[in-house]
Amino acid sequence: MDPLRRSPSPCSPQASSPESPPCEMLGYVGIEAVLDQLKIKAMKMGFEFNIMVVGQSGLGKSTMVNTLFKSKMWKSTPPGLGGPTPQTLQLHSVTHVIEENGVKLKLTVTDTPGFGDQINNDKCWDPILGYINEKYEQYLQEELLITRQRHIPDSRVHCCVYFVPPTGHCLRPLDIEFLQRLCRTVNVVPVIARADSLTIEEREAFRRRIQHNLKTHSIEVYPQKCFDEDVNDRILNSRIRDRIPFAVVGADREHMVNGRCVLGRKTKWGIIEVENMAHCEFPLLRDLLIRSHLQDLKDITHNVHYENYRVIRLNQSHVLPRGPGWVNLAPAPPCQPSSPGLTKVCRWAQDNSDEDS
Amino acid sequence: MAVAVGRPSNEELRNLSLSGHVGFDSLPDQLVNKSTSQGFCFNILCVGETGIGKSTLMDTLFNTKFESDPATHNEPGVRLKARSYELQESNVRLKLTIVDTVGFGDQINKDDSYKPIVEYIDAQFEAYLQEELKIKRSLFNYHDTRIHACLYFIAPTGHSLKSLDLVTMKKLDSKVNIIPIIAKADTIAKNELHKFKSKIMSELVSNGVQIYQFPTDEETVAEINATMSVHLPFAVVGSTEEVKIGNKMAKARQYPWGVVQVENENHCDFVKLREMLIRVNMEDLREQTHTRHYELYRRCKLEEMGFKDTDPDSKPFSLQETYEAKRNEFLGELQKKEEEMRQMFVMRVKEKEAELKEAEKELHEKFDLLKRTHQEEKKKVEDKKKELEEEVNSFQKKKAAAQLLQSQAQQSGAQQTKKDKDKKKNSRRSELEILKIQVCKENREGTHYVLVLVI
Repeated sequence: MDPLRRSPSPCSPQASSPESPPCEMLGYVGIEAVLDQLKIKAMKMGFEFNIMVVGQSGLGKSTMVNTLFKSKMWKSTPPGLGGPTPQTLQLHSVTHVIEENGVKLKLTVTDTPGFGDQINNDKCWDPILGYINEKYEQYLQEELLITRQRHIPDSRVHCCVYFVPPTGHCLRPLDIEFLQRLCRTVNVVPVIARADSLTIEEREAFRRRIQHNLKTHSIEVYPQKCFDEDVNDRILNSRIRDRIPFAVVGADREHMVNGRCVLGRKTKWGIIEVENMAHCEFPLLRDLLIRSHLQDLKDITHNVHYENYRVIRLNQSHVLPRGPGWVNLAPAPPCQPSSPGLTKVCRWAQDNSDEDS
Repeated sequence: MAVAVGRPSNEELRNLSLSGHVGFDSLPDQLVNKSTSQGFCFNILCVGETGIGKSTLMDTLFNTKFESDPATHNEPGVRLKARSYELQESNVRLKLTIVDTVGFGDQINKDDSYKPIVEYIDAQFEAYLQEELKIKRSLFNYHDTRIHACLYFIAPTGHSLKSLDLVTMKKLDSKVNIIPIIAKADTIAKNELHKFKSKIMSELVSNGVQIYQFPTDEETVAEINATMSVHLPFAVVGSTEEVKIGNKMAKARQYPWGVVQVENENHCDFVKLREMLIRVNMEDLREQTHTRHYELYRRCKLEEMGFKDTDPDSKPFSLQETYEAKRNEFLGELQKKEEEMRQMFVMRVKEKEAELKEAEKELHEKFDLLKRTHQEEKKKVEDKKKELEEEVNSFQKKKAAAQLLQSQAQQSGAQQTKKDKDKKKNSRRSELEILKIQVCKENREGTHYVLVLVI
């Protein structure tokens, strides 16, 4: 993404520029027209968004994607009828272009059937990490070319939605392992899947326990606390952080309720309306992912996760003394997950650590 | 563990229809909100002779007074002066940098006038490239100093472009977006202006100078850009003073024969310039700088360093190999240089040694010579000494003989002889005195001993 199109990431407002005196303008100049210019250009170029859904089979991932984007991304696989359970973890991507009010969005959804389905799930996160790193690698290679494209196609995973099965107890070891490894490489948003099997109180208790688990294992899910730009952001994001993980229900069928046509699941004991806040927290997830934080997800992926990856890659193959100069990029090893012992390079941690209580 | 990834091919992107409102139409707003919080950077380069009105035009464009002192005409060369200002309008913060060419066109020999400008532009690209190539970089935080627009001020001669203008613009057109403007346009009459403009444009075209083209590919701006392009180069008048026109104050220049209003489209093209530069195409200027001029610079720079994407067989080059090869080459050169230096050092040492030996020999010879002369002199003095001793001996003998004579003559009792003897003695004594003085004199020139004769 070229830096002019990409909006800046959360960072300290002081840019690294020399002191420039503020000037009073005595009349209207028209500088604010640049915002419209930016908008026009952005709409002409179109947007890209790549989302990955991870979770065991039967948790409603495909349905959730269909509900989120209100279209048939792919047919939701009924359990048992989709063929024999894949012996290995397979990642399956599908890309669509959707348009709304003149805004074109190229959406790529990556599904992970077979995750956590084996008897021995050791290292089941490796293919996923490998895929994510492969996308970073592709972008890095494009960026390092001498003759670059005008607009480098962005296939990096911007957001990973992790589906937690609604056991009602706490996070399982598999969940914890996976989340720990992934939250360093990509923005992870955990959700409680099939939340209609839990009552409201059970939901809340489950949520608190999950939050406690996340804290204990220092798993930083999106929105990460250390990237809050200013007070407004912090307030907004704390509200979101309070409700993570969202308890969601997915549905792609419409039913009639009180004369209105709503998306929902029809059961013998009632209709669960997906977009009703009293029933489930799907609207919160949708708002977070699409309506308010989509650009932020992309920015953090580009400015933090991708940069981290780049630093690691360049340091690996850099045998000579470092310094500004051309990079010495060794051929990429086949499946290179980021080493688990590495702490995330959190640039602004030192600015905000004293504000972290 | 096998990983199978279904990769979507680019041609199969299906357009999906939505069955409801998803909400991503707020994306442009999200983007814009983020941009406003960081602020924008815009850098303008003003190229033009001293006194052509660059600072005034900037003041007029941005409706403010940028502090600066007018330059003198005595500059020995062209130098660039950059000043940054922070402007804010509603919620948009603009970090504006204005770069001025001080001393442009003032020298007698203007051959190298364009060089400092090109160097400055390249230096900004280089700084950005260095930041981009760093391992730990912070591009989003980087204060972009690359020049987004170059306003080239053409002197209002009414005839044609000066050769300095052509040369400079030709050098700059692949590095920066050039917008030519006719400065102090109130000195040209309207009919002359039209001819002047077409002359300039035809000269630019015939010399192959690529000025900035206002973009006409988007419907919203295509029309206005197309209409404005016809009026290039814009004939502008700058003024920060306000004159009462009708019942309001407007920026204008007051002459005895009338008032030239800056914002009156009939009087000058200032409004058009402001529209094009700021209100319509600021973002496009920035984008062109980044995607075209900067990429060109980057490609040239990297190719200059010897890096390629693919070798002649169009297999992707391993950057590592190239780098290793370059490194070995460089080290080899270093070694060679070291050897040369060492050899030169040895040679110099030898030369110096020979010189010193020569000098030593000379000194020895001198010493020998001196010694010899000294010995000769010593011998001379000794000879003299011997002579003197012989004389003394002979004198003693003579004295003894004389005394004998005296004792013999004493019996005759002649005082006369005594007197004679005394006389003789005295004369003898005086002779001795003379001899003594002589010997002393000679001994003074000799060295060690002093012969003292005592009678």
